[in-house]
Parts: sequence; structure tokens; C-alpha cells
Amino acid sequence: MKELKVQPIKNGTVIDHITPGAALKVLKILDIPEQERDSIVSVVMHVEGKTGKKDIVKIENRELRAEEVDKIALIAPDATINIIRNYEVAEKHRVSIPDEIVGIVTCGNPNCISNAREPVTPRFVVKQRKPLRIQCAYCERELKDISAGLL
Amino acid sequence: MTFVGRDIVSIKDLSKEEILHVLDRAEDMVPAARGTEQNTLMQGKIMASLFFEPSTRTRLSFETAMKRLGGGVVGFAQPDATSLKKGETLADTIRTAEQYCDIIAMRHPQEGSARLAAEFAQVPVINGGDGAGHHPTQCLLDLFTIRKEKGSISDNRVALIGDLKYGRTVHSLAYALSLFQADIVFIAPQQLQMPSEVVEECQEMGARISFETQLETVIDDLDVLYVTRIQKERFPDPEEYNKVVGIYKVDLPLLEMAKEDVIVMHPLPRVYEIDSQVDGRPQAAYFRQAFNGVPVRMALISLVLGGIK
Repeated sequence: MKELKVQPIKNGTVIDHITPGAALKVLKILDIPEQERDSIVSVVMHVEGKTGKKDIVKIENRELRAEEVDKIALIAPDATINIIRNYEVAEKHRVSIPDEIVGIVTCGNPNCISNAREPVTPRFVVKQRKPLRIQCAYCERELKDISAGLL
Repeated sequence: MTFVGRDIVSIKDLSKEEILHVLDRAEDMVPAARGTEQNTLMQGKIMASLFFEPSTRTRLSFETAMKRLGGGVVGFAQPDATSLKKGETLADTIRTAEQYCDIIAMRHPQEGSARLAAEFAQVPVINGGDGAGHHPTQCLLDLFTIRKEKGSISDNRVALIGDLKYGRTVHSLAYALSLFQADIVFIAPQQLQMPSEVVEECQEMGARISFETQLETVIDDLDVLYVTRIQKERFPDPEEYNKVVGIYKVDLPLLEMAKEDVIVMHPLPRVYEIDSQVDGRPQAAYFRQAFNGVPVRMALISLVLGGIK
């Protein structure tokens, strides 16, 4: 009998195929545990999937917004988002990384003009998708720690 | 190829053909840059020279370039006397300055500042250095100098020497030399060697790259010595600085070991890295290089403002 690690949820979101070890960063993006104090959040790390190890996050009674999905894409580019309604997968989509990332992460270079008090939104150009490498549109430095720069 | 209205923020904004075109037009500007010919191409035009941090050569040569073209210059050499002191953003300073000029030449201590200025300005912006970022006109005048002194850019073995890690000019120059498939030797102590992303980019472009820690081992095989200053402020520990500061000194005994027609370049200011006794030798190209900033900037300003094609 297959061991059941996490209970199915009635309503909410299941984020599957998260890069192994990145589940806690996903929680940070979703501002958990500050948000959803009344919902059950399940985190499973390093489970064996069809294509190797992965993390899974299940959040009851919350459907993710597009901008949250965009952020998750940056740290877990293979993640799939399953919206669950009444125990059924009502929507399923993969995260995708756009060519340009605007207003999601800040530049790690403290001397970059985008970190100064200027009327600009941080903007990054995607240099490479796998593994993800992004470059500030202003100072052109590559952002080494994407999760640390998340807004 | 058109330059009219374009911003020049990075050397990467220009293709190889465009770089060569700028150098050709700069060659035409040399007599006017020396003052032996009159030039009125930019008569009635005004350049805002916005220098948010100190500069000698870049600012003076930008301003000389505009004046040699018959144009006018407004601006400041340090931000203390401007509304930046009152907390004005760079974006607002740029949007104000452009009301009074046709083109902006700027230097700013923060990386990405010229890109930001170019986004906000309707008039063309030429980057005169943005922190540790780009300095495209320095790169153009370096290429101009190599071509003028050596007859071509590509057929040379060029050594970039000193602080290759933090040096703003050497990153752009390495890229540009790679465009011309030059043979490049990076000579630096291990802790100041060229960043790997710059090296990878150069290699992808087909440059022949090698690394050395000693100048003496390759000196007899070099055509161009591009010497840079090792900056004290980069070293948290003064002892570490003292270990590396004197290791690449170009002096007369070293020149004796070099090819007779080698040239010595330096973006200046120099401190210890070139002995003043070298100054009188024909190989010393660094003051000629400083002059070349004028015709190159004259060409660029004229191209961007449509005075020439």
C-alpha cells in the first residue's frame, strides 16, 4: 500500500514539483505563516517524484494570485500550480518565466541606481532559463541570490 | 546605420561596424580637435555636462569636444551646487537638465545611472562612467589609440595589466578587443584577475585569451601594454594592498625587454605603475591617448546629433 504522506485538501492550492529544498522559500513568498494562520499548510520536502526529488506545498482555502505564481517561478521554475476545488483539480498550470522580470525582485548590488530613491521599478533580463540567470536592466549585474532579492 | 538620437550607455550599444565608423569619423576630427582647423558642426547646440563625481580627462575632453565643434556647454563638475543636495532624484535632475540642452554627457557614481538617465531623457545621453559600470567613450578612445598607433586593432597582442577585477575600463576594453578578435593577455595577481563572466564572454566572441601573473614573462611578445592603477580603496587590509601595488611597474629596464614598437597605454590617473622616466619615450602613448578623447567625443556628439553621418 502506498504510504500517504499528505492528506488531500478540499479547497486550496497544491504547488507541486518545487525544486528540492525550495519549499521554505515558497512559503516565504506566500508570507506563510503570517498569512493563513487559520488554514492548514502542509510542506513535504525531498519526496521522490517521477523525475527525481521534489518539494510539495499544500495550502488550504487559498488560491494563488498571478503575481505570487510569477515569484514562485523564479525560485522553482519547474513548479506546477494545482487549484483544488471540492477535492478536484479545477485548474492546473505550470509556472513560466517571462523574458523580463519587472517589480518582483530587487538588485543585489547596493550601488545600483535601481536601489536608490528613484522613480523606477526594478527590472531584470533573463539571460538563461535553466538554471535561471537574471541580469539587472540597470547595472547589468547578475543576481546571485534570487530568493534574497524577492520583493 | 544611424546614430541620430541614440543613447550611448555601454560599448555594447554599438556593433563592430558602428565602432569602426565612429573611429573613422574621429580621425576626420583630429585637426579640429587640435585647433588647427575650425569646425562649426555643432554651432547653436548645447551639451549639458553633468558630472556627479570628480573627473579630469573625461569632463574636460567632453567639454573641449563640444566647444571645438562650435557648440556650447552648460553643467556642473560636482553635485554639491545642485538640487541633488536638496534630495532631488537623478530622474528629476535629468528631466530638468534636458530642458536646457540638446545632449547630455554624464558621470555618476552609481551603476546603472546612465541607463536610468537615458530612459528619462528625450535628448541623447552619453555615459561618461557610471560607478563601476560602463565607460564607452573611454573604450572608443582606447580602440582609436590602438588603431592609430599600431595601424589596426586586431593584429595585436594586447596585455591588460593591473586591477582587472574592479577596473571599469578593462572590462569594456576586453569586450571590444574581442569584437576585433585580438589576442589578449590578462596580467594580474590572482585576487585581481578578470571576472570569469567577462572572460567567458570574450572567449565566446572568439578572442584568444591567456592569463599571466608576471609581466616579465610575456613582455617580449606584446604589442600593447594597457596598464591600470591598482586602487587602494578596493583593499580592506592595507597590507594586502601593499603586497600588490608595486608588482607591475613599467620602467625603462622593462621597456628594454619589450618589442621596440610596443606602446604603453593607461586610462590615467597613474600613481606608481608607470615610471615618469618612460614619459619621454616614443612608446609612451598615454598622453596621446588622453588627447584622443577629444576627436572621439567630437565624432560621437556629431553623429548622435546628426551633424555628420
